[in-house]
Amino acid sequence: MTRAFQGLDSGQLLLICAAGLVAVAGVAHTAAVGLDHPEIAIGFGALIAVGELARLTMPGNREVAPIGAAAALGYTLLLDLSQERLQHPALQVVAVIAVGMIAGALPHLAVGRPPRLDAMARRLLTGALLAFAFRPLADPLYLHTQPPDENWWPALAVMIVLIALSLFVDVLIAAMLRAEQVRTAFRVAFRDEINMAFPLGAAVGASGVLLALATHSMDLVALLVFAAPLLVTQVAFRKYAGIRATYLQTVRALSRVTEVGGYVEPGHSRRVSRLAVAVGRELGMAEPELLELEYAALMHDIGQLSLRDPIPGGATVLTDPDQARRIAELGAAVIKQTGVLDRVADLVRRQCDPVAADPPLSSRIIKVANAYDDLVGGSTDRDRAGAALERLRLAAGTAYDPAAIEALARVADRYAAAHRP
Amino acid sequence: MRDLPWPARVYLVVVIGTATALLWHSLFGSARPVTTAELGTLLVLALLFLVCESMPTLLNVEQFAVSVSFSAALAAVVLIGPEGAAVVGFTATLSVRPGLPLIKRLFNGAQFAICGYAAGLVYAGLGGESGVPKVNAFEDLIGPYVAATTVFVPLNIVLTLTMIRLATSEGRVEVPMRGMVQFLLSYLGYGTFGLLVAGLWATVQSISAVLVLLPLFVARWAFGQYHAQQRSYDATIAALCQAVETKDYYTRGHCTRVSAASTMIAQEIGMGLERLRAIGYAGMLHDVGKLGVPTKVLQKDGPLTEEEFAAIQLHPMRGLEIVRGIDFLDEAYAGIMHHHERHDGTGYPMGLAGDEIPEFAKVIAVADAFDSMTSDRSYRGARPVEVAVEELHKCAGTHFDPVMVTAFVRALERRPWQPPRRVDLPPPEADDKPTKDHDDPTMPIEVVSGP
Repeated sequence: MTRAFQGLDSGQLLLICAAGLVAVAGVAHTAAVGLDHPEIAIGFGALIAVGELARLTMPGNREVAPIGAAAALGYTLLLDLSQERLQHPALQVVAVIAVGMIAGALPHLAVGRPPRLDAMARRLLTGALLAFAFRPLADPLYLHTQPPDENWWPALAVMIVLIALSLFVDVLIAAMLRAEQVRTAFRVAFRDEINMAFPLGAAVGASGVLLALATHSMDLVALLVFAAPLLVTQVAFRKYAGIRATYLQTVRALSRVTEVGGYVEPGHSRRVSRLAVAVGRELGMAEPELLELEYAALMHDIGQLSLRDPIPGGATVLTDPDQARRIAELGAAVIKQTGVLDRVADLVRRQCDPVAADPPLSSRIIKVANAYDDLVGGSTDRDRAGAALERLRLAAGTAYDPAAIEALARVADRYAAAHRP
Repeated sequence: MRDLPWPARVYLVVVIGTATALLWHSLFGSARPVTTAELGTLLVLALLFLVCESMPTLLNVEQFAVSVSFSAALAAVVLIGPEGAAVVGFTATLSVRPGLPLIKRLFNGAQFAICGYAAGLVYAGLGGESGVPKVNAFEDLIGPYVAATTVFVPLNIVLTLTMIRLATSEGRVEVPMRGMVQFLLSYLGYGTFGLLVAGLWATVQSISAVLVLLPLFVARWAFGQYHAQQRSYDATIAALCQAVETKDYYTRGHCTRVSAASTMIAQEIGMGLERLRAIGYAGMLHDVGKLGVPTKVLQKDGPLTEEEFAAIQLHPMRGLEIVRGIDFLDEAYAGIMHHHERHDGTGYPMGLAGDEIPEFAKVIAVADAFDSMTSDRSYRGARPVEVAVEELHKCAGTHFDPVMVTAFVRALERRPWQPPRRVDLPPPEADDKPTKDHDDPTMPIEVVSGP
């Protein structure tokens, strides 16, 4: 378990501790006063466990469990079951969510796939937050739905507003964690998280409300039917996440053919892409742009495959500019062949442009990262890194973008600090 | 309409005529006129139907674009009865899908109206009550509703397929059985959404439709993204593999053709969808390791030294090394690693024989050799397909697995092979012409031992 905690930063640890405390409080309280309507708690707990079992990893290494989240929402928002009033307290909701999540995570753990603790903690905390906000309102809202009023609109409105709020808080926490984790500006991380969370959040929210309303007119067995729309969503997102992951893996893998063919130093493409993405983050680029930057950085040397013989040593910073330009053009032509990565092709084509030609930011970053890696290679020697940066600074403003160089210097500094024995 | 064959025209008139009669009966001749309250429901459902119909969802089966609109028609069966379902179904005519000719719209609307009416009759016949269901009467709905769905869906498919069959001159539309079953199941599954909408109508009216459909629209969006990414991925992997081949003038396009041929064989021996996709990628990537072998060695004239042969033998391993980071089926790795093993155990890199050779590798070996023989090489022209097939037969049992050879020949009979265009003369600077191809079974690699 200690291994799982390594590599967590302070924000994540705080989150996990908070979630742990809330979970313990919920379970302890429930154990003390007993379960209200145990069969319902078990039913929803089981659905949460199933959802946790079917968790999936979205692009950007984000773990989500849509079915579990919707079930948790449903249990939080329950007003009645087959017109029998339900009054389970918020702490019981927390206990059910916590137990369900742990039960669902156990099979994964058994086959050696530990859950992302921070992601789990976030799911639990958002659920708890909503529970504490909604449960006290459940009783008055229920009375409205009963004769003589029979009015569901207030309940519906409250549900939707509170769900939106809890989603917002969830995104906020996620963005804070991510900003700390990948070292990007909070504002950028927040926008990325919103973009990622919105579609799935809308689907989960709607399904949660659906579950809560459905229990009004039917008993627990029918609930399974009402999880069906979300099942379709889950399948779709799993496929989407799968192909996104494979795509990135494939480009990463195939970027290595230049190394196998002896065109570039081993590990060059991967190092350049890592550097480039780190610099891009430093300069406040958002995720879609970063993905294109990563693809372009991985494939920036692919044009060399069209050369008859590898350039000795392979380093493009030392080859003559015309040759380098030709390689960039050839590489862009290869990428353009795909018919879909036109923007990536353009980034590769312009990777040799001087600052005066006003190339896109990503191209400038690739140029700087590429030159830096050509000079430093896989070495973690501080002096060598410093010398390389000095050399780049000499051409700042003409060949290289000064902002990109300074961002690279900060990234290199961090790497050096991380590698210091 | 004019370019349709006459049976299709007759069929079209019959379908539209029937639908018109049903609609007339529903709106004016019915014993149970539609009340004003129901008119509102009808309007909402029609709108819902239209929205869904205008956005056909590509569900997991590629050949069919399905929209979940029919669940709105089924909800109308419960909420209003056969008359309402017919009217809701007919609104398909008004769908805003661009580029849909009027005649197709009319047919679509008519067949949906017929299906809706028929489903309504079945629902009523089994004791289902029309009208907004009571809050606690959900369970009573389920039986009749399922029956209505099982009538609606097949009827819809039969009506549409008949039209397609009559309209296309070939007369036969090939629908894979497996896909059909999957399609029917998901179609029936989507039918439940109508039940959800109807079941919750008493509580929150039209909001129930929004709550049910929102996850579906998100799913549709995600499926769309998935398909876009998948297409983009296929294009990218092909382009990158071709980039690996650009250096060798004669083997361009080899990877895509091997991928295609491997898929043909795999289909013939009945591989499932997932494995088909994997073998396509394995065929595409089978030679990426070739870059690790110096061009001089790959194309060397005359016998190779042992070191040079060792370098060639290494290329499947190099390929595996490159692609290992990609989450494919393990079989795809095995296919790349062992595509030069021979049935009699004299291949490389491991010298596996017979059934020790993974199935993917056996398939790729045949496809690989076939494409090599039917493409131009600098030292010979492309061989005709028949000659190559004969050569495959000759090598079956020694070089290739006879099962794969037979499967490939069968597949070739069904779908003729498109050999690559003749290679134009290579540019003058390519002076050192290769004189062999390591994939060509008619030109075995000779090795001289010793220095």
